[in-house]
Amino acid sequence: MRLSPDEMIFWQHGILKLNATIVFTWGLMLVLAVGSRLITRRLSTDLERARWQNLLEIVVTAIEKQIEEVGLPYPKKYLGFLGTLFLFVATASLCTVIPGYEPPTGSLSTTAALALCVFVAVPLFGIGDQGMRGYLKSYVEPTFIMLPFNIISEVSRTLALAVRLFGNMMSGAMIIGILLTITPFIFPIVMTALGLLTGMVQAYIFSVLAAVYIAAATRTRKPKSEPVPDTRSNNEPKDTLWIP
Amino acid sequence: MLIDWFTVGAQALNFLILVWLMKRFLYKPILNAIDARDKRIAAELADADAKRAEARRERDEFERKNNEFDQRRAELLSQATDEAKTERQRLFDEARKATDALTAKRMETLRSDARNLSQAISRRAQQEVFDIARKALADLATTSLEERLGDVFTRRVREMDGKAKAALGEALRAASDPALVRSTFDLPAEQRAAIQNALNETFSAEIHVRFETAPELVSGIELATNGQKVVWSIADYLASLEKGVGELLSKQAKSEPSHESKTAPKDVRKRQ
Repeated sequence: MRLSPDEMIFWQHGILKLNATIVFTWGLMLVLAVGSRLITRRLSTDLERARWQNLLEIVVTAIEKQIEEVGLPYPKKYLGFLGTLFLFVATASLCTVIPGYEPPTGSLSTTAALALCVFVAVPLFGIGDQGMRGYLKSYVEPTFIMLPFNIISEVSRTLALAVRLFGNMMSGAMIIGILLTITPFIFPIVMTALGLLTGMVQAYIFSVLAAVYIAAATRTRKPKSEPVPDTRSNNEPKDTLWIP
Repeated sequence: MLIDWFTVGAQALNFLILVWLMKRFLYKPILNAIDARDKRIAAELADADAKRAEARRERDEFERKNNEFDQRRAELLSQATDEAKTERQRLFDEARKATDALTAKRMETLRSDARNLSQAISRRAQQEVFDIARKALADLATTSLEERLGDVFTRRVREMDGKAKAALGEALRAASDPALVRSTFDLPAEQRAAIQNALNETFSAEIHVRFETAPELVSGIELATNGQKVVWSIADYLASLEKGVGELLSKQAKSEPSHESKTAPKDVRKRQ
């Protein structure tokens, strides 16, 4: 039994290899890019618009609104990164209904790559927002003693991101695979539907957590100069969230 | 080993490429379209607001003009009503004056007609009365009456007062023609002699007398000479009576207008 699509290698030359994870990722990228291009080729600015355009507008505005609700006041700035995270993970989960498809997010390499991207993006956005000095100073808040704990927190949460998504996606695919061998009729369909739900939830969790990390990095020093409403402060603490 | 670091790197690169592709083909066009629509909606809303403001302004203007028009109409109506009232009063006064004048004229005409009729009746009655009297006396006049008349005439001549007697005597003496004695009937010779004697004795002279018959005297005898005349006849009584009645009637006619002019205004007021 394969635990990861990485193990399905189509071509290899030295360390260069073309496994199922990369191929399916390219497939997803192709679907997303071409689909977006086809739909956005003739966009209407009138009140009446095409059904697909309406769907994309709903998706984009919903992501934008969600980012804003997490605590990022200028969602357009983060929409490219966080929105793509969500769409990629969600599409990877949705495509599990296609027979023979292996979700690339079921590979720890993919989730690790995504978590690394978040790990890099958080300080980049933080520095872009507060400057290098301001961002680095957030590691010694409230005291210098907290520096190692903050660094550990950064690393551990990245690891948690990667393992959480991998575990959920891999387990979903694994459960379906096991069930197919035990009860090949009907029950795997139910589990597939449940897997779709789990995948969507995971996509949401992954992108929202990334947004929360970015929000925490960009808003650490802001309360001194710009008071933040109490209602939004609930989004900041990440450790209190219960994540499945 | 679950993690293949080459795959990790490739997936990270793939993800970054996907981010770029999504930005290029999805987020940017969609957000631009949404922004354009928002701008368009905002522009339309602003336009609608402007139109609403314009409509409100025009409505206010219309209401203002409408109020002015109503006010002006009320003023004109009030003015026209006042003028109509004044004109009606004027016409009413004119009509009343015309009616009064017409009534007065009609009353005057009626009074005049009544007066004329009254006078005509009076004259006619007078005429009839005297005609009846004359006719009755003429029918009653006989020779004996004539004799009685001659006696009365001679007595009157004899009993004339001094002044009249002197004037008549003077006229008789101065007259070249004989004095004319007229009577209704032909006087008998005794009567003529008695009259001749009475004249001669009264005026102590020979008076030349000529006798004539005059039926218009009714019953009586007349002596006329040189502008002087002595008459005694029933016609004189009748003439005297007629004169008295005429004076009485004319006096009554004069008093009637003054009496009617006092009552006339009362009648006019009643007719209003």
